[in-house]
Amino acid sequence: MAFGPFLLLALMEGLVTAAILALAAAGLSLVFGVMRVVNVAHGEFYMLGAVLAWAVTTMFPGPPALAFLAAVIIAPLVVAALAAAADGLILKRLNYDPEATIVATIGLLYILQQAALSLYGPNANPVTAPFEWRIQLPWFGYSGYKLFVVAAAGLVLLALWQFMTRTKAGLVMRATQVDRSTAQAFGINVDRVYMGTFALGAGLAALAGVLIVPIQQAQYLMGHDPLLLSFIVVIIGGLGSLRGTLIAALIIGLSDGVISMFFTPTLAKILATLLVAMVLVFRPQGLFGAKA
Amino acid sequence: MAALIEPPLIQTERLTLHFGGLKAVDGVDFTLRPGEIHGLIGPNGAGKTTFVSLLSGRRMAQSGTIRLAGEDITRLPAHQRVRKGIAYTFQITSIFPRLTVFDNVALAVQLQGARDLTTRTRTALARVGLQGLEEQEAQTLSYGHQRLLELAMGLALNPRLLILDEPTQGLAASEIEGFKDLVRGLIPDTTVLLIEHNMEVVMDLATRITVLTFGRVLATGTPAEVRANPAVQEAYLGA
Amino acid sequence: MKVWTLHLALLAVLFTAQFWLSPYHATNLARIMVLAVFAMGYNLAFGYTGLLSLGHALLLAAGMYAAGLPAQLWGWTAGPALIAGLAGGGLMAAALGLLALRTAGVSFMIVTLMFAQAGFLTLLYFAPITGGDDGFAVAAASRTLLGFDLSTDTPRFLAALTIFAAGLLASLVLVRSSFGRTMVAMRENEERSRMLGYNPFTVKLAALTISGLYAGAAGAAYAILFGYVGASFATIQYSILPMLYVLMGGAGTTLGPFLGALLMFVLIEAATGVTTAHQFIVGAALVVLILFAPKGLLGTLRERWVRWLP
Repeated sequence: MAFGPFLLLALMEGLVTAAILALAAAGLSLVFGVMRVVNVAHGEFYMLGAVLAWAVTTMFPGPPALAFLAAVIIAPLVVAALAAAADGLILKRLNYDPEATIVATIGLLYILQQAALSLYGPNANPVTAPFEWRIQLPWFGYSGYKLFVVAAAGLVLLALWQFMTRTKAGLVMRATQVDRSTAQAFGINVDRVYMGTFALGAGLAALAGVLIVPIQQAQYLMGHDPLLLSFIVVIIGGLGSLRGTLIAALIIGLSDGVISMFFTPTLAKILATLLVAMVLVFRPQGLFGAKA
Repeated sequence: MAALIEPPLIQTERLTLHFGGLKAVDGVDFTLRPGEIHGLIGPNGAGKTTFVSLLSGRRMAQSGTIRLAGEDITRLPAHQRVRKGIAYTFQITSIFPRLTVFDNVALAVQLQGARDLTTRTRTALARVGLQGLEEQEAQTLSYGHQRLLELAMGLALNPRLLILDEPTQGLAASEIEGFKDLVRGLIPDTTVLLIEHNMEVVMDLATRITVLTFGRVLATGTPAEVRANPAVQEAYLGA
Repeated sequence: MKVWTLHLALLAVLFTAQFWLSPYHATNLARIMVLAVFAMGYNLAFGYTGLLSLGHALLLAAGMYAAGLPAQLWGWTAGPALIAGLAGGGLMAAALGLLALRTAGVSFMIVTLMFAQAGFLTLLYFAPITGGDDGFAVAAASRTLLGFDLSTDTPRFLAALTIFAAGLLASLVLVRSSFGRTMVAMRENEERSRMLGYNPFTVKLAALTISGLYAGAAGAAYAILFGYVGASFATIQYSILPMLYVLMGGAGTTLGPFLGALLMFVLIEAATGVTTAHQFIVGAALVVLILFAPKGLLGTLRERWVRWLP
């Protein structure tokens, strides 16, 4: 294949990564923005989404498209409910202390990972895509499902944007983000907002997991890389800024697609990790965040 | 004559710090003579605490200079200013709540060498009347005792300049008398800069007073001069 | 006096343990003591100075490879290798601190996590030298110290005990010194410390470097005593473990790290009969501790009953 088409393929793959990443990172960013909680277990919610998608599609009797649709609805809801429970049972009791919640979510990470290993097993299992359709480009064929993922992620993020800016619930969340105690003084039930936010964040990660599973198989350790990449995206984009998160997801996703075509993935990861650490040290407001 | 030859302990020139549109400290020229008790007064929001924050290095000035006995310390970080002899006691009591009273003061004492740490720490505590409470956790002290502990930490640094930010706030009348004697006893080894809302205390203690309004110096002089100044009366005392 | 008696008594009991424990358990105890040294270092940073790091695996691995690589490549013996490990941990900690200590709180946690991750990936990238995930075995010739073969039971146990004793007594002296008081002051009220004339950055850098010396010593001891060096020791898992030990035993107590390491080991050992879900135990322990006993065993004990516990 010539260089041009090869680069095009790399960019398209990068776009898929970016779409998935944007969904997962938006969840992480939302939780950090509103609750000031760094959720280390975020990658496990993504993994649970994928594993549950496998479970739902396996048990669902109908055609693949319907089975997948069921997974898209059920898996994020189950994960969101789980997250809401974790919020009420653990995070709330810690009074959302930033450092204590990190320790607790590390514990949650171990528990969820072990639960997946014990109940689901160590193997990777595939999920059939809802439709088989390939776009034939002059140089190569490309999976229509992957393009669907990009479109779906775009729509979900657009809906999230509308939700945050146009609805009352979104307004309440943003008010809580700006000032918790004032929000409380205005009669906002902060506990419910936090629970809802944590559930929404987890649901977004789970949805990303469901969407990726026809491309990448479901496995109990699959949450690790998305967690790291989501961290990178959220930090580069400026902690808690949704707009920055989207831009950063696009940049990281696309460059990940391109870089991993030309360099070893390990070296790329080393450089990305170091870059992020340096951004936090020298430019804590992120590359795209406003000055503090 | 001697006072003219000896350089001022603190001299600021056109010291400025603005927060956005708010001119918290706006071109302040200020002189502190060695051995005086200098009162800093002014209405709420006049910039008193911000001004002493600039002196102590908790905040950095945007422009202007600060000299300590002739030496330019404008850019020196706070901890180095403390080592040069500027001690600051906090307006809102800032102690180490979970450490013992002894450890609180020992942290200040140990900076001047480890010898006789116990004796020197006990002496510093006795100076403010906290003897016998050494092993108590600081957070279990009464508010008045916590203020005294804060003061003991400042004194234990053996400072050339002690900045007291509203030290009598929350003290009982009887405690205030003891406090005044304590401050008088520091002179002339230690110079005192005192932010105080209690006018009786300021007028009684201070040898000179500076009045700040809107981040600027309105007047400076002896308590009697300041009391007689029409501008001060209008802006502050008369209100 | 009471304090020294308690610590020396513990060391005496540990010394006799080799006579009444089976060789299998004596080896396990040696392993626990080495990991406890790592946790003691973590405790100096987290428990005393308030630096909640998620990157201590980097420091452990630095000590491990600083000892293991010269042994592997140039045939260094145990003595120089251990010293190299100590230095490696300290230097890595100082470098980490110079960058990461410009941040605080949550940012500090993430930055240390990221640097440790970069370190782990670097070990994988240079797999031809480091052995990558598989690691490498340290040659028997490199595992001798003063004529003793440290791969045999008794010398290994005594070596582990010696390093543990040195670490424990050093930490006891340190936390009861003026510098120990300064470290705690940083944890309790950094702004007040600054206004007493302390430079928070240098105090924290010194504390982190000392913590790194402990981690380095533990990593080097592990390589020499148990004969294995591998990148798995640089994973996030090994940053969490010392935190878990310290939280369980009691942050800011001298004996907490050892107690935590011992209890965690016993807990997992006891659970092995029932379940293989080790990770679940680690996770549940973290959540339960942070929720119900954030001061750990000895921290709670000190608060309620034994005030003099250091």
